[in-house]
Amino acid sequence: MIHFVTVGILVMVVAILTYFGATSVGLMPVQASAQAVPIDWMWNWQVIAISFLFALIVVPIFYSIFVFRRKKGDTSDAEHIEGNTPLEIAWTVIPLIIVVTFAYMGAYSLGESRRITDPEAMIVKVTARQFSWTYEYPDGFVSTELHLPVWKQVILKMEAVDVIHSFWVPEFRVKQDVVPGRVTEYRITPNLVGSYKVRCAELCGSNHAFMEGPVVVSTQADYDQWVAEQIEIASANTPEGRGKKLITENGCVGCHSVTAQPGPSAPSWFNLFGEEVHLADGSTITADEAYITESVLDPAAKEVEGYAPTIMKPFTFTQEQIADIIAYIKSLK
Amino acid sequence: MKKIFSIPLIRGILWQVIGLLIGMGIVAGIRLAMGLPATGPYLVTEHAWVFGGFLGTLTFLAGHGVMGDWFKWWRGEATSDHHEDKPGWEKYFGPSLDHKVIGIQYAVTGLIVMILGGTFALIFRTELALEGMQFLKPAQYNTLMSMHGIVMIVVILLGIGGMMNYLVPLLIGAHDMAFPRLNSFAFWIVVPAAVWLLSSMALGGIETGWTGYPPLSANMKIVGQQMFFLAVFIVGWSSVLGGLNLIVTVVRMRAKGMTAFRMPIFVWASIATSLISLTATQLIGLSFQMVMFQRLFGMGFFDPAKGGNPVLFQHLFWFYSHPAVYVFILPGLGIVSELLPVFVRKPLFGYRWIAMSSLGIALVGFLVWAHHMFTSGMNEYLRVPFMYSTLLVAVPTGVKFFSWTATIWKGKIDNPVPTPMLFTVGAILVFLLGGLTGPPNATVSTDLHLHDTYWIVGHFHDTMFGGFMFPFFAALYYWFPKATGRRMNETLGKIHFWLMTPSFFVMSLGMMYIGLNGMRRRIADYDPALNFQPMHLVITIAGYLIALSVLVFFINLIASLRNGKVEKGNLWNSRSPEWLVESPMPAHNYEHPFEVVGEPYDYGLAGSKYVEFAKHK
Repeated sequence: MIHFVTVGILVMVVAILTYFGATSVGLMPVQASAQAVPIDWMWNWQVIAISFLFALIVVPIFYSIFVFRRKKGDTSDAEHIEGNTPLEIAWTVIPLIIVVTFAYMGAYSLGESRRITDPEAMIVKVTARQFSWTYEYPDGFVSTELHLPVWKQVILKMEAVDVIHSFWVPEFRVKQDVVPGRVTEYRITPNLVGSYKVRCAELCGSNHAFMEGPVVVSTQADYDQWVAEQIEIASANTPEGRGKKLITENGCVGCHSVTAQPGPSAPSWFNLFGEEVHLADGSTITADEAYITESVLDPAAKEVEGYAPTIMKPFTFTQEQIADIIAYIKSLK
Repeated sequence: MKKIFSIPLIRGILWQVIGLLIGMGIVAGIRLAMGLPATGPYLVTEHAWVFGGFLGTLTFLAGHGVMGDWFKWWRGEATSDHHEDKPGWEKYFGPSLDHKVIGIQYAVTGLIVMILGGTFALIFRTELALEGMQFLKPAQYNTLMSMHGIVMIVVILLGIGGMMNYLVPLLIGAHDMAFPRLNSFAFWIVVPAAVWLLSSMALGGIETGWTGYPPLSANMKIVGQQMFFLAVFIVGWSSVLGGLNLIVTVVRMRAKGMTAFRMPIFVWASIATSLISLTATQLIGLSFQMVMFQRLFGMGFFDPAKGGNPVLFQHLFWFYSHPAVYVFILPGLGIVSELLPVFVRKPLFGYRWIAMSSLGIALVGFLVWAHHMFTSGMNEYLRVPFMYSTLLVAVPTGVKFFSWTATIWKGKIDNPVPTPMLFTVGAILVFLLGGLTGPPNATVSTDLHLHDTYWIVGHFHDTMFGGFMFPFFAALYYWFPKATGRRMNETLGKIHFWLMTPSFFVMSLGMMYIGLNGMRRRIADYDPALNFQPMHLVITIAGYLIALSVLVFFINLIASLRNGKVEKGNLWNSRSPEWLVESPMPAHNYEHPFEVVGEPYDYGLAGSKYVEFAKHK
């Protein structure tokens, strides 16, 4: 009897220590959406259950190994205990009840995380492609950054143009695959102002690791200002503006960097125009109009040194569109 | 030179290459005759590689001689059912019909391939230790990561094949498996498949992970992807045929008196595993074959542009690949149940419940596949019944844990603890961690966060180490004397255990921690803003320590083969029949048949016996 009491106390102590130990190391990123609330609630109950069951198995095993192990000089077998049917029934039925309860809680928290709080929520169209995210706003502009106002429910209607991707912002908790040939939906209510990242969670090819994009949750005022700026850029009918729009809509910036920090899979466009480019065959070429045009229409014609053979598909832009893109590239300094 | 080619394995591989070249030539010739281009970026077109691979597999089997008896039957010649193997090591390279030789062939091949799979992991783990790309290109990372996954799966299939082939006939008192030639065939077909699998690394690699989801796997213009599908398709045959053979053996060839509930518990686990591999493996073969045909013939099964559905692949794939994880773990859990009573000197607590829990896991396992697809875009309401069915798996798994705990309770474990028992307890603890971290993934709401993260990677490694690696090592330490007549070094065994176990806990807990905080799985590099570098460095070091511990194991294995302490008797003081005869086991097993006269695990019951050997033949 004394053994059972000791083990019982130890199980409770170890369970509590495990729970507080686990939760104190910061198991989850910050909570930045209303949908994260029921999910984290569910998670917390799971950590409680895990801590208790962990203690319930580990404590008796270690207790038994240390207390009942073979004494010096003892060569006899242990007590002949074949089993105990009521005990077996108990540890079948009680877990069954717990499991069904947890499944019910899981369904409940899923329902909460899918709750429609705004039937007229703003719809943003998301396009996923190897290896970039682009967003089409109802106000008629396209962006590579997802800006959302805080405490407003939005629906992302997501499409993939090539392979399966998965939209995941860890701080929002929710994840949804983006599948070619269908539109998947992601309903989210951001509730914490901040800068996050969408991270593609389904292996989508060589540069899957780098398929990340900024997600900015801002106050309504900041959001409105950003939208106004975007509309202004989109409506400013300059060659650079049109070029930027083209490269955004076509996902070029998924691989080609437009900043001084080059990407891993494709040459950067920053300070590119007029510079010497070292090609994979050992020759060099000046990045002029002719070179850029050829690289757009036939990407494999000139491979740049230091990069894997290109996976870029040839684009069929008009000469005017290419001129706009070149104008934009020229502006990157 | 002639001597080398008399070794069946070498001859088979030579024939495999010849078959590949002939197959390539045929397809290239047909294409040229039709006015189509015959050459491609990998010498010839993908069609030629696939047909050559298919033909090369057949020529391997024909050249190796594993189908020799069938060819003789075809010509009307009779063959002996008792092939005598030559003494020495040569029999391990040829088509032996002895289940013990085949078991060792499986296990040793598994161990050799494990070195490859582990090396792949160490390479990409080194890359991940620091932020930024160090020495691998992202495509190379993806190939190594995918190869680590699929190669380790082949290792596990080989490992459980080794344990089941070696042990089941001994445990049930059979002289061999029911179909010895099929048994040999099921092993040798893995060898050409392994060659194709490794060849894919030289043919552009595989960039899709072992899951090979289309459209990515269908769009990748590399032949390696196709050779990967072909290899897995062929390995599947081994599983189906092995499962069939084992079920027939257990149903038909048990010793007198061995009723269902007097079978050793490992036999129950093997039956549960074989039921799955016999009936579910076809689905992965089918799904991979469909992608192969989409690539070869433009059939649009999973191509939305042609009316196909990419999510359909995931359903077909997981219909096998979820039950498959129970194929991987059930034999290991059977080993745990088999060894515990021997070392605690007590009966297995609730034998019937443990036996039924294996079948329960196997059957419920068929109804849970869509829990891999909660974020896939499948019907969102169907996710809820799959959550219920998946969580139900926790019930029979819980029965195992509670019964093991009750078996250990008041057990008299030797002090110091023998190495096989260390690995058995290690298996329980590691599998416990895997089991407890499973339900959050089965719950739809939390899985929306956890899916495709490093948390899953950590959880999966827990289940595979607890369900296969630890029990496999336990079995190797435990039955090594039965196979060789020598025992493995205890000190080195303990170094192996105490190096591997803490390192493994650090590795998998570290994986889970960063996974929860935003580390995705299958990425070649990670965002420095997440500050994961210190933990990745720790995980990499832990990975190297695990590799070091396995190196200690290999040193022990090879050294003990030559110089291990001679042990011909029942060194573990077991009641099981194979330990009641002298080691190593004679070629046709028991000289005198035995009859089952009692319960298998009645340790501590004075005067009880499990089996009695017949006095005369």
